[in-house]
Amino acid sequence: MMKTVSLTIDDKQIETQAGNTLLWAALDNGIYIPNLCSLRHAAAPAASCRLCWVEVEGKAQPVTACTEIAAEGMVANTRGTQALRLARNGFELLMASHPIECARCAALHVCELLKIAGHLNVKLNKNPYRKLVHHLPIDSSNPLFNYDPNKCVVCGRCVSICRERGTGVLGFAHRGFDRRATTFYDELIGDSACEQCGECVRACPSGALTFKVSVNV
Amino acid sequence: MTEEKIKQHTRQVLKSFSKKKGNLIPILQRVQGRLGYLPREAMLEVAEFLGLPPIHVYGVVTFYNQFRLNPPGKHSVRVCLGTACHMKGGYITLDAWKRRLSIGAGETTTDREFDLDTVACVGCCVMAPVTVLDEKPMGKVDPTKVDGLLLAFEREREGKKKQ
Repeated sequence: MMKTVSLTIDDKQIETQAGNTLLWAALDNGIYIPNLCSLRHAAAPAASCRLCWVEVEGKAQPVTACTEIAAEGMVANTRGTQALRLARNGFELLMASHPIECARCAALHVCELLKIAGHLNVKLNKNPYRKLVHHLPIDSSNPLFNYDPNKCVVCGRCVSICRERGTGVLGFAHRGFDRRATTFYDELIGDSACEQCGECVRACPSGALTFKVSVNV
Repeated sequence: MTEEKIKQHTRQVLKSFSKKKGNLIPILQRVQGRLGYLPREAMLEVAEFLGLPPIHVYGVVTFYNQFRLNPPGKHSVRVCLGTACHMKGGYITLDAWKRRLSIGAGETTTDREFDLDTVACVGCCVMAPVTVLDEKPMGKVDPTKVDGLLLAFEREREGKKKQ
């Protein structure tokens, strides 16, 4: 039996395994906290998307839920004004380099970015930041799915799942604003060793990877 | 250089390293020291040696400025895009070089005469916008001076031909 700890998130009493982070404790108990870069089995949290802010009683400043280990008797609030302000800002910055073409997007009904926008009450067409998007070609070489690198939010979900269950052809390359999920030598996915398991498409939160024909996800 | 030659050189370098993942960057540095750049075959060879996915090696190579994917040209052109040079129109200078050489930053001309890249401040901001030509910093390089510098190289080449 694993040891469990009990804590309070948003006035809800929950129990979770000792050593779990606040983020996974909340998600496992039906409390949604926006997140993109957190991977359940990762050795250490990437903590790079800056979306999972929560306020913890006794701490002067909001913390990222993915780096905070759940402790006995902890009281956390996911709807605090400070935390939400940070999350909204992070999300708006992220969306400043994401093309907004939802009506034409194949991921419209599974888009996690839209879910986050709704949760944080952010208007996608009223972003205060200057729009700065990539103009990279769409890779439609794979018979199963398309890859639009312009929509990639560099969360790393596809890279992680590809190494775990796929052939490991996906990874990050290039630096700064140009950093994106890609293949060796930026070759087309259709020319790589990809065996089309489709796990990366199911993992993608941003509509960068989409199936060619709609299938039940 | 043929694919086989590249593989041979890479294997030669790999002989003096253990299969530790931490050796990736030192290996890449040594391979580049030998070949002048990191060709596709060399990266694949290194990835296999260390048991890493090739994309991991490619990610490291494209992250660090010191690694190059194209063979170096006879002459290197480094356009400064530091703060002072930016204010003085360094990006216009870069555009001029790109246009004249018909290549992008990080590329080499097909005749292997020039390779073009950017650099973030070379420490002589007074001369902005700066272009470093074969280790020699040139000051106040506007598009007209780009043409002049290229003309000088052409003259030099013609002179050598006559001899």
